[in-house]
Amino acid sequence: MGGLDLSFVNWDIISKFVVNGFWFSVQLTVIATLGGIALGTVLALMRLSGSKVLALPATIYVNGMRSIPLVMVILGFFLLVPFLIGRPIGAELSAIITFVAFEAAYFSEIMRAGIQSIPRGQVHAGQAVGMTYSQNMRLIVLPQAFRNMLPILLTQTIILFQDTSLVYAIGAYDLLKGFTTAGKIYGRPEEAYILAALVYFVICFGLSYLVKKLQTKIAIVR
Amino acid sequence: MNLDWHVFLNDDGGGRTYLEWMLQSWGWTLSVAGCAYVVAMITGVIVGTARTLPNSPWLVRLANAWVELFRNIPLLVQIFLWYFVLPKVFPAMQKVPGFALVVLALGFFTSARIAEQVRAGIQALPKGQRYAASAMGFTTAQSYRYVLLPMCFRIIMPPLTSETMNMLKNSSVAFAVSVAELTWFYTQAAEETSKGIEIFLGVTALYIISAFAVNRVMAFIEKRIQIPGFIVAGGTGGGH
Repeated sequence: MGGLDLSFVNWDIISKFVVNGFWFSVQLTVIATLGGIALGTVLALMRLSGSKVLALPATIYVNGMRSIPLVMVILGFFLLVPFLIGRPIGAELSAIITFVAFEAAYFSEIMRAGIQSIPRGQVHAGQAVGMTYSQNMRLIVLPQAFRNMLPILLTQTIILFQDTSLVYAIGAYDLLKGFTTAGKIYGRPEEAYILAALVYFVICFGLSYLVKKLQTKIAIVR
Repeated sequence: MNLDWHVFLNDDGGGRTYLEWMLQSWGWTLSVAGCAYVVAMITGVIVGTARTLPNSPWLVRLANAWVELFRNIPLLVQIFLWYFVLPKVFPAMQKVPGFALVVLALGFFTSARIAEQVRAGIQALPKGQRYAASAMGFTTAQSYRYVLLPMCFRIIMPPLTSETMNMLKNSSVAFAVSVAELTWFYTQAAEETSKGIEIFLGVTALYIISAFAVNRVMAFIEKRIQIPGFIVAGGTGGGH
């Protein structure tokens, strides 16, 4: 194999360069998932509210976000913030805000489908026992919608984890950057890419395997 | 906030305006996405079909491995592997232009997703279709060519449409290896002109126009290939 040498890697290098980046990737994934689901649920409820004043802005936001590439949003936000607030914010914070805002659009579509998948009879039953709109949503519809949507939400989270590598565009220190930095310092950039690919593969393959298992489990219960 | 749209008419220092440069970059975006789409469709259909073959367990395993490999590594990392690592491991690849490497990276990445949809589409068909083809005396190849795949394509048109639009958006990652497409243009032009907002809005508009056009074309195809009386909405192809 044309002079590849993976022997430079040892635990010292991993703990010095990669662990920090990995930690940021995980943080970004978790915050973007939780924030995205929260904001996405609000957007989905706005679109399903039946009120034009609420539905229109949510629709424009979701469709707009979904037709722009994530890289453009990451770059755009990072470069525009100094114009808007007069001073730059760090690449890491910028990445977190961008990911929450961007993923909310995708999670909102998942939530909307999930809420619509709940039979109307459930909503009517809730109304019949005298529940208000918010009680109905909180106690009847959303818990069931979440359960129906769990596998898709988790799959989206795996995609999200892969997408965190795109913070490369603004130089945030993530898992990929950890490997490339180590590769640069030790003069082994190609090997670093291979190792990064390997780590991403193992994590994503393992997680999608677990999601598949969960899916069959939920399917039986239902 | 005042927007200064005249920035697009300024000279970029090389004898063309920023507007011309942006339109050229749009051309690159469409070329990368278009070429990669051809690669993705051809490989995706072959791999997806292989995953459903009845009597070839090894082909099925190989095709499954293909999908898992290309689906579980981030696109950016895959582009780096094609662009930096493969030419080093196989020196013969150093002559391949960067554009082709990016097209292959994006194409194979997307092929995994298309293969997944093709597999799901074929498996969503009622078993009777396959049996009917065998009863007519079709070979395996013939039953795929004349019965299963034509039905499958009609079922998977909606997810295929969104995958085609994803393709356009994913082509933006090519900026990381300096392919002169729209996102790369944005990074360059925003810095040179320090009119980040105007350039951002221009580039974003082109992405939205492209995505919308793809959406309309796919909707048109979907309508044209519809079989009267065969409703495929939601991917429920017949009862089980």
